[in-house]
Amino acid sequence: MTDIDSRIDEDLDRRDSAPGEETITEHEPAGGLTGYLLGFGLAILLTIASFLAAQTDLIYQPAVISALVVLAIAQMGVHLVFFLHLTTGSDNTNNVLALAFGVLIVALVVLGSIWIMGHLNQNMAPMSAHQAEMMP
Amino acid sequence: MSDATGAFTSDIAAGGATRDVYRPGHGHGSAHGWATGHGQGGPASKFVTVAYGFWIFLLSDIIMFSAFFAAYAVLARATAGGPTGRELFDLTRVAVQTGLLLTSSFTGGLATLAIHRRSMAGTQFWLLVTGLLGAAFLFLEVQEFAAMAAEQAGPSRSAFLSAFFALVGCHGTHVSLGLLWLGTMMAQLWVKGFRPEILRRLHCFGLFWHALDIIWVAIFTLVYLLGASP
Amino acid sequence: MLGKLDWSAIPFDQPIPLGAALIVFLAAAAVLGWITVKGYWPYLWHEWITSVDHKRIGVMYIVLAMLMLLRGFVDAIMMRTQQVLAIHGPGYLPPEHYDQIFSAHGTIMIFFAAMPFVIGLMNFVVPLQLGIRDVAFPTLNSVSFWLTATGALLVNISLVVGEFARTGWLPYAPLSETTYSPGVGVDYYLWSIQISGVGTLLTGVNLVTTILKMRAPGMGYLRMPMFCWTSLASNLLIVAAFPILTATLAMLTLDRYLGFHFFTNEAGGNQMMFVNLIWAWGHPEVYILVLPAFGLYSEIFSTFSSKPLFGYRSMVAATLFICVVSFMVWLHHFFTMGAGADVNAAFGIATSVIAVGTGVKVYNWLFTMYGGRVRFDTPMLWALGFVTTFTIGGMTGVLLAVPPADFMLHNSLFLVAHFHNVIISGVLFGAFAGFTYWFPKAFGFRLHEGWGKAAFWFTLAGYMLVFVPLYIVGLLGMTRRLQHIDMDMWAPYLVVAAFGILVMIVGAACQITQLVVSIRRRDELRDETGDPWDGRSLEWSTSSPPPVFNYARLPQVENEEPYWTIKQRALEEQSPDDEESYEPIEMPRNSPTGFVTAFFSTLVGFALIWHIWWLAIVGFIGAYATFVVFAWRDHGDYEIPADEVARIDGDRKAAQLAWLRRRERVA
Repeated sequence: MTDIDSRIDEDLDRRDSAPGEETITEHEPAGGLTGYLLGFGLAILLTIASFLAAQTDLIYQPAVISALVVLAIAQMGVHLVFFLHLTTGSDNTNNVLALAFGVLIVALVVLGSIWIMGHLNQNMAPMSAHQAEMMP
Repeated sequence: MSDATGAFTSDIAAGGATRDVYRPGHGHGSAHGWATGHGQGGPASKFVTVAYGFWIFLLSDIIMFSAFFAAYAVLARATAGGPTGRELFDLTRVAVQTGLLLTSSFTGGLATLAIHRRSMAGTQFWLLVTGLLGAAFLFLEVQEFAAMAAEQAGPSRSAFLSAFFALVGCHGTHVSLGLLWLGTMMAQLWVKGFRPEILRRLHCFGLFWHALDIIWVAIFTLVYLLGASP
Repeated sequence: MLGKLDWSAIPFDQPIPLGAALIVFLAAAAVLGWITVKGYWPYLWHEWITSVDHKRIGVMYIVLAMLMLLRGFVDAIMMRTQQVLAIHGPGYLPPEHYDQIFSAHGTIMIFFAAMPFVIGLMNFVVPLQLGIRDVAFPTLNSVSFWLTATGALLVNISLVVGEFARTGWLPYAPLSETTYSPGVGVDYYLWSIQISGVGTLLTGVNLVTTILKMRAPGMGYLRMPMFCWTSLASNLLIVAAFPILTATLAMLTLDRYLGFHFFTNEAGGNQMMFVNLIWAWGHPEVYILVLPAFGLYSEIFSTFSSKPLFGYRSMVAATLFICVVSFMVWLHHFFTMGAGADVNAAFGIATSVIAVGTGVKVYNWLFTMYGGRVRFDTPMLWALGFVTTFTIGGMTGVLLAVPPADFMLHNSLFLVAHFHNVIISGVLFGAFAGFTYWFPKAFGFRLHEGWGKAAFWFTLAGYMLVFVPLYIVGLLGMTRRLQHIDMDMWAPYLVVAAFGILVMIVGAACQITQLVVSIRRRDELRDETGDPWDGRSLEWSTSSPPPVFNYARLPQVENEEPYWTIKQRALEEQSPDDEESYEPIEMPRNSPTGFVTAFFSTLVGFALIWHIWWLAIVGFIGAYATFVVFAWRDHGDYEIPADEVARIDGDRKAAQLAWLRRRERVA
């Protein structure tokens, strides 16, 4: 048996995980009920942090937007890891790649649209703030 | 299928793979259940295939939301002299809504654990709790929409409000469809039991429900918190 | 009770659409009557309408595409003749009718001719090339097809009942808002595209899952045939781009139906946002159509040059490069809208860069032929016609990618000539090449070579005669969509273009003749081996037409050209594979779910177009009930017993043995 053959056989022993399928055992910290409880707790904490950041003066005002975006991304991460059981394992490569492609397209569509449309507005005939507000 | 092992791994998949449509099952017996991560093992099990297909569909759904988010981002300041987010948004309600949806995501997870135990009562109970929390979320959203419409701040008032109603309403529509699906699944599970195809569908529903929560995170941050902050 | 629908919806005062509708109606009635008289309904229902076999569904997609291609071609003929007859005159089409014709031409050609053709080919070929038995979700596949058919049906209903959009193939706001388009035309557009768009999205999900999760044992990513790679890229683009179309059209729908203000002139609406979003779908759409064609050209160049594809890995890289970058160029469709230099420059450069991927492919095709034993069968002729003329279209595209040049050429006939140049040589020639190439696989006999070659040469010549003058007349300043022409300078070019369309009509007639002649002489054109072109990928290893399960045993794949390896091994060992053991095969049961869903979505679409709200609700409930009934069934599969599998596979093996004996005699 050549080297290549043996490598293929190793590959055969690796099974893909379905998206959202839990492949870690309940003895690990992120597994089973503990995992869901941990995720739930983290998500609650991050949600509270978001509301506090937006509503109080705890955070330097101009940085509130960045803080909120960071907290939101963190919470999405918590959902992905603890509720959707996404891991960095090779059994999850396909799922993560698909997700990455989706995130790339979302970023392109949202950021691209904001950039393009903002540029268009800059190139419009100048308008006072009052005029802009009174646009029909 | 009936022996309920405590293992989390692939107990659903194994059930699906024993008699898989696309698996001829000879000359290759050792590779049963091994799938295509590196492309060598032949067709994946029905469970992996179905879940992956639904995963791809969810990604497309999220991209659809991204178009509504883009429209909202561009039109958020186009209030046309009408009310702004700061005047309209009630963050207390949003906090309650967030709590409801987050908890329903968690109870959805508990339902998944009950499914692994093959516990009919547990599964039905947690699914019911999940659905009730979702319905409560939806009730608050309808209440909010009705209140805004009563204040002459309906979707026809300005482009900002059009984008707001479309984005949040699209999420609400998804939650409603999720509830319809959930009810149908509960009935089906009751009648047919833990059959492989029902387990696959319940798994897909779990993915759907968690994904809706992820989208809600983006909505309450970008629409409500940013819109209401000074 | 019937919403906006009444007798005034039928255009009794307009002879052309009425006459056309009458002809279509009579033709349809004749076909249906013939089916009834011959008693073919049970056969059609059991074998085709309810079929979940990917091969049958693929064939139905292509039949739909060809019918719609003819309809769109008739629109094209009308536009060309109108522009010739309307030089200093009114022509024969009044403006409101002419506007519907160019809108319908674009809509039908993109959504209901090109898309179904490409999807049909992918549906038919991809599972065969992957060496598997069906797509990942067979019943969903049937739903997808019937939803596409629903969209096509709604567009064609608009010919008689009401009107079609007059807004161009993309309904730019605010022209498409109720203020300026109060009629049902835009609504027909919206609902037919939404419904067929759902079908397309589901196909995308289905084929992505199939390709990523269901390949024959041993077929790693870098052993997939090129057509599967480009299909994967194309379907990823469907999954990523079609939701944007759905969302954008939903926003326009909300504007039109519920008084929202996304794209209106009033209340802060922003019509440029429509243009932005629709092209964020529209540009990937171009590659959704052309990537599968690139893949099948790769297969054809390699097969008919009797050589492996040159630069397989660079081809894969170029495909994925195009797949990603196609999402970064959409602004080049609206350079003139008013964004500043930064934005225009960035998208201009990205547009030039994406041409590099296609350039890599063109060189790979050329080097595939280099040193090969090239056979000039009809599929190869289409491929050669593609590679020569597509390069011209690609270069005019790079020209248009330069923003200052685009400011001069935007919306001119130069642009029209450019995108027809790439889409006809890319997608249409690709569709015809794929059709001729895989027809023997689908039906077990070849298409007639002589008529095929005639069709190719007439189509190629006609297409050049139409569009080269349009390039020139575009540079002379003629804009698109003109209903009448007052410039003498443009007249000769328009006359040549009209002559060109006559030549294309001859090409289309040859194409139809080819089909008729081939069916009549099918016995002399019969292909017993399943491998009429000396092919290299797995689909040629099974018999033609393939059995319902495609492969009695899933093939073991060892390299990029599995069937070539199998054939070489059989020649060396002087015997075909002689596996004797067979196991029963489970296949998905046929299901009317797709057809019934489509019936209800037709109701929903028609009801929403005409504001018949109760009927829409009935349709929705019906569709939901259909799904529940489907989900409730107890047996999704049936079993083909082992000896039946052995019997069917025995025929294939006998044919292979005969082939081997013939090869020996030749040697």
